[in-house]
Amino acid sequence: MEFLQQFINGLSLGSVYALIALGYTMVYGVLRFINFAHSDILMLGAFAAFYLSPIVEKFCGPQSPVGAILVVILAAAICAIIGTLIEFFAYRPLRGRPKLTVLITAIGVSLFIEFTCQHGKVFGSNPRPFPKLLNDTQFHFGKLAIGSNDVIVLLVTAMLLVGIWFLVQKTRVGTALRAVSYNQQAAALMGVPVNRIISFTFAVGSALAAIAGILYSMKFPAIEPLMGVQPGLRAFIAAVVGGIGNIPGAVLGGLIIGLLETFAGGIPGLSNYRDAIAFGILILILFFKPAGLLGRSTVEKV
Amino acid sequence: MKSLPSSLTAASLAAVFALGLTGCKSGGGDTIKVGEYASLTGKEATYGAAMHEGTMLAIEEVNAAGGVLGKQIELIVEDDQSKAGEPANAVNKLISKDGVVAVLGEFASSRSLEGGPICQENKIPMISPGSTNPAVTQVGDYIFRVCFTDPFQGAALANFANGTLKAKKVAILTDVKSDYSKGLAKYFKEKYLAGGGELAAELDFNGGDKDFKAQLTTIKNSSPDAIFIPGYYNDVALICIQAKQLGIDVPLFGGDGWESHMLLEIGKDAVEGHYFSTHCLTDQDTPKMKSFVEAYTKRYNKAPDAMSTLGYDSAMVLIDAMKRAGTTESAALRDAIAATKDYEGVSGTFSLDENRDAVKPLVFAQIKNGKFVYSATVNP
Repeated sequence: MEFLQQFINGLSLGSVYALIALGYTMVYGVLRFINFAHSDILMLGAFAAFYLSPIVEKFCGPQSPVGAILVVILAAAICAIIGTLIEFFAYRPLRGRPKLTVLITAIGVSLFIEFTCQHGKVFGSNPRPFPKLLNDTQFHFGKLAIGSNDVIVLLVTAMLLVGIWFLVQKTRVGTALRAVSYNQQAAALMGVPVNRIISFTFAVGSALAAIAGILYSMKFPAIEPLMGVQPGLRAFIAAVVGGIGNIPGAVLGGLIIGLLETFAGGIPGLSNYRDAIAFGILILILFFKPAGLLGRSTVEKV
Repeated sequence: MKSLPSSLTAASLAAVFALGLTGCKSGGGDTIKVGEYASLTGKEATYGAAMHEGTMLAIEEVNAAGGVLGKQIELIVEDDQSKAGEPANAVNKLISKDGVVAVLGEFASSRSLEGGPICQENKIPMISPGSTNPAVTQVGDYIFRVCFTDPFQGAALANFANGTLKAKKVAILTDVKSDYSKGLAKYFKEKYLAGGGELAAELDFNGGDKDFKAQLTTIKNSSPDAIFIPGYYNDVALICIQAKQLGIDVPLFGGDGWESHMLLEIGKDAVEGHYFSTHCLTDQDTPKMKSFVEAYTKRYNKAPDAMSTLGYDSAMVLIDAMKRAGTTESAALRDAIAATKDYEGVSGTFSLDENRDAVKPLVFAQIKNGKFVYSATVNP
């Protein structure tokens, strides 16, 4: 029974990590660089929902499903715009420069957002209570407890995974996206609007981050400007374990981290080392499969 | 031997220079400079700000009433951003650049342990409003506190678990990142086991974690009668929420780290019915508390909490000592603070013992209808 309960706990935590990892992996797949500001977009998504929800509540009533969906869509749209702006101002001027330059810029953008938001006149550094978007009903089966929010998180992640897979594999934009990912110059010569495709990738990635941020805050209803750092790091590792750039891999990695962390955290005497245990196992996985579980190893041309 | 005269000259020059500087410090201006370091920003800013506002209120009241020793008090405030490393910078600046005669601060034990040794070395008295870890005043004879210590609080909590809650098996969930949490858990455990209690389970978390379901599931399966969580309010609120989600219905209880309105705002109905020990409650019916709450509300347009009363008391104890000493000279001031006896503070009446710790009662509160409600007083 305890095993099953921990499995549910881990699955629900892991599916949020999976959702965040999807955003990391999408941007990496196209641009071959890690967008470190992703975890801060997640935080901005949560804060957008924090400010939007009282307004939406006036029209839709408290804790209505329509209102919740509206808040999520609006927050995702806001973050999609922010993500595109970040790409336009911070990363686009560096197109064609060494990858390291872009990577360092991403870290700079991340710190810039974090510390701006910590300022007292922006969000301030105190945690704030996240509004209840949906009523969280707890179902008890014997000794097992499952929350309706946990089920929602799982369903949303599954839906978005399928949606993103469909977008990338089956649509015209997706074909262009894969072309840019494969070879930017060749794609440009074939008439693919590379810059527009990259902006689009950032918009989708940031919208995913916003949705993940809202789901994360529904689970853990205290939000602050540094809230994205910890799940962001976990999700980044999840993306690497699953094979960065690989969409199902990101989800698999997220679930594995969530489960490992939960099982390690439930052992008395070892709960202190939950991260050490979880990340130790991940190092082992990468030791045997350096390209990640679902990643294909490619030969880097030097 | 050739270098001796020159080094002597250098030494005497340095001495003259130092004399000149100290001369400037004590003689300059007609104010008494008092330093304060607090976590005004960062993760524990709620506490830092509450304490600072209490301290400010005390200084303003004294200045409005004509100051002390015929001079006004100038409070110089440094923000340490709730970060390790910053308190040392702040205290160094206060002592060497501003030349303060005494230092007030910090509430977090780990940060007081950083500022304390610098005050001790410079023989500048320091009064901590809210650091409860015993090590803080063990730094030296210039370091004081106006709150109780964790051995006392841990013992009171153990008696509470054994006596009031009648809990035969208690589970403990400790924040391994915080000296305060680890200390309090240790003192609780010693006393609780000695009192015939049994430990159901002992689990740890890292302060700042968001997911506690893994630990709570294990705790739930150990079927405890109560769960002891010596942590800070932001983690505790999330722990209470997740405990409720898992269907844990035994009482949860903790120490003074719970005391914050944020616990109620984040935890909402999940914190209902749980208990914690703290320094005092602002709805206690004493004349000092009443006038303090009135003055504070008027000044800041919001209600004070226990941390504000401690900030206020720390400043008032210092001023009281200045009056009795009749000077701000450091050794005399130190002796006067050490001699504080039966002082009637807002947070309670207390004396400072030979370890420079306040000996004062502790209060238990229960959370009822979204409010902290007084439940019992424990005398030392």
